[in-house]
Amino acid sequence: MDCEKAYHRMYHYLDGELTVWRRWVITRHLDRCPPCAGGYDFEIELRQVIASRCRDQVPPDLKRRVADALGLPADEEH
Amino acid sequence: MADQAQFAELAMSYMDALYSAALRMTRNPADAEDLVQETYLRAYRGFGGFKEGTNLKAWLYKILTNTFINSYRAKKRRPEETDLDDTEDFYLYRRLGGLEAAAADKTPETEVLESIPEAVVKEALEALPEQFRMAVMLADVEGFSYKEIADITDVPIGTVMSRLHRGRKQLQQRLWQFADERGLLPEPATAGGS
Repeated sequence: MDCEKAYHRMYHYLDGELTVWRRWVITRHLDRCPPCAGGYDFEIELRQVIASRCRDQVPPDLKRRVADALGLPADEEH
Repeated sequence: MADQAQFAELAMSYMDALYSAALRMTRNPADAEDLVQETYLRAYRGFGGFKEGTNLKAWLYKILTNTFINSYRAKKRRPEETDLDDTEDFYLYRRLGGLEAAAADKTPETEVLESIPEAVVKEALEALPEQFRMAVMLADVEGFSYKEIADITDVPIGTVMSRLHRGRKQLQQRLWQFADERGLLPEPATAGGS
């Protein structure tokens, strides 16, 4: 597998969308190719940064309004 | 089939995630609140259409997405969205000097990544054209599978994959741009960029 192909497959791998065989092929490439492995680790880190930075707290007022509308006890929201 | 009250309670546990998604879609807290409220009302009324044992979170996202697209987006002014040109692979990693650093066995680029504030990440994601933004948000923030995203956004899996591919590249360009504008990048990286 060349680096170009590995790069494209890497995202499917990260997304958990590869078959066992393809996962094996790409991990073998990453084991042997430090630049790709570095990029791969970076992409994992980046994804964690994106996911963790995009969490917003629901305003309590909105929770209350929706709970009311759905007939749920006011302070029972999760 | 669960009863309506059980369903409502279960659905409430996804409100943080739905509200975050609504904010990325509408880019405005007041609009996001309206969108979430409308989504819950529709879900509550339509819960008979939900098949128990299937993914409730994905079902709620589908309602959120449809509500946004059908009854909501058209009415609102939309900030400018620009599609960016395709870039090389590992755009951000290269810009942050990762390839050289990897050779030297140092990884300063992850430190830069960690220092990127919430506002910059949100701004970068919200700057993406809508279809890319939705795909990236659903995959990278919410962790939905290609199949689930295809279902939520009502497009073929191949389309999801290409939107993700382009969206992720553009997100990296935007992150670089916004971090640079705010002076968050280390000097050597800035010199090597643009």
